[in-house]
Amino acid sequence: MANDKSSMQLITRGILSENPIFKLALSMCPAVGISTTVMNGFMLGIAVLFVQVFSSVTISVFKNLIHPRIRIPTYTLTIATWVTVIDLVLAAYLPEAYAKMGIFVKLIVAFAIITMRLEMFACKEPVKDSFWDGLGMGLGFMIGMMVIGFVRELLGSGAILGMDVLGFKPLLFFILPSAGFFVVGLMMAFFNWIEIFYKRSKGLK
Amino acid sequence: MMMPAKSKSIVLTALLLWFAPFLAQAEGLIVDQTFTGKNQITATFSAPIAKDVAEDIKNYTVFEESDPDILLELSSATLASDGKSVTLAFKAPLNTVKTHVVDAKGLAGIDKTTFRVSKSYLGYLFGILISALLINNFVFTKYLGLCVFFGTSKKKSTAKGMGVVFTLVMVASALMSWFFYQFILIPFNLNFLQIVIFIGLVSLTVQAVDTILRKVNPVLFNSFWVYLVLVIANCVIIAVPLILANNNYNIFETFMLALGAGGGFLLALYLMSSVSERMQLAKIPASFKGLPIAFIVAGQFAMAFLGFSGLQIF
Repeated sequence: MANDKSSMQLITRGILSENPIFKLALSMCPAVGISTTVMNGFMLGIAVLFVQVFSSVTISVFKNLIHPRIRIPTYTLTIATWVTVIDLVLAAYLPEAYAKMGIFVKLIVAFAIITMRLEMFACKEPVKDSFWDGLGMGLGFMIGMMVIGFVRELLGSGAILGMDVLGFKPLLFFILPSAGFFVVGLMMAFFNWIEIFYKRSKGLK
Repeated sequence: MMMPAKSKSIVLTALLLWFAPFLAQAEGLIVDQTFTGKNQITATFSAPIAKDVAEDIKNYTVFEESDPDILLELSSATLASDGKSVTLAFKAPLNTVKTHVVDAKGLAGIDKTTFRVSKSYLGYLFGILISALLINNFVFTKYLGLCVFFGTSKKKSTAKGMGVVFTLVMVASALMSWFFYQFILIPFNLNFLQIVIFIGLVSLTVQAVDTILRKVNPVLFNSFWVYLVLVIANCVIIAVPLILANNNYNIFETFMLALGAGGGFLLALYLMSSVSERMQLAKIPASFKGLPIAFIVAGQFAMAFLGFSGLQIF
């Protein structure tokens, strides 16, 4: 029972209180670059989730064999191996989605969030917890990407998952690549505003 | 004393040989040939030629030198009023980076005239530099390296140091990656290992720069080592080897790409830090403080950089 609770905590921590995109502000490149649709966000999210979970588990399994002085190169090589795996799998089975994501799949290897989780969590904690932590962080990233993709797709092209829902295009500007910065900036400001508002209302009570 | 002069002349001859194909002009009938616009080739002749021969598109076969099997389709051939130059228009835009070969039949009674159209190679290299620097700026149009970009663009001095270190590491690691890619990965068919090899090389370069700088110039090292730590696994640096492997660049192109990418990063950091210094004095709404306003400023820069797209110097 206790284990179930902690695994749930680990997952919700990755999704909410330590969300990689909105809270930690790490791995912003793909969040700005390719989050033009929900589908793009979902695909890259899956790739990151895969790499995060498998590298966390790998490092956690071998944590006692890794000499502390060479831990960072070890992390990098582990991540690079799993990125190669997902890169080849996506290129073979989902060539269209892979073409849309372009170089960003290969660049997962340089995502700060993955190295950070390995350094802060997986190299100390047991395998099971590392798995849940990796899953939570990966899901948090995926959900963040999908939320940005949702906003951009809905406001930019009036559609969700390629289906036209609004019938018009409120802010065509949002679909342009350079609008990624604006969308992420405005959404961060929006979340900050909610937080400030919430704190204020609590303080008044 | 003889040696330097001799080696100099060897280098010069080598350079001449290198550029000879680009400098050479087709002799005789054809005086000049250039790309005009995206889908036109203009050839100038030494003497006026007959209109009906020159304007018949069946008389021309055009292809890229590297793909002689793929013939490019012409839409029209127009002879100028003085009869001395002909403009060939194509159905699809030409890849003006490649050398194009034009075979013409029956011009001025000659059975077959062949000429090559190409841009100057130095101009093309310079084009890669400008493209990586401005048109495809890594930060503002490719959205790479944002973590470091937002992290270190608070002060101008930090931005400059960071940009210089990035450029150095980028050029060194790109050249090394090129050697590994051309002489190990391709010959042994190990292309699937590129991510592992490139990230290893980048970490190695950073480590090497760290060690060398520590011994050679301790003063510089003291001011730079903070940035070196940040460089290790950054997506801008790992992106350059991946791009050059994708495009199969040669060593000169690789150097120019790395230099342009590093310079572009330096430019972006410097611009952003200048704005950040001003923003510290500005009154920013509480919910926009910190990252949100930085993102919005970066968005405005990105829109300004859109203006560079379509820039063509050569």
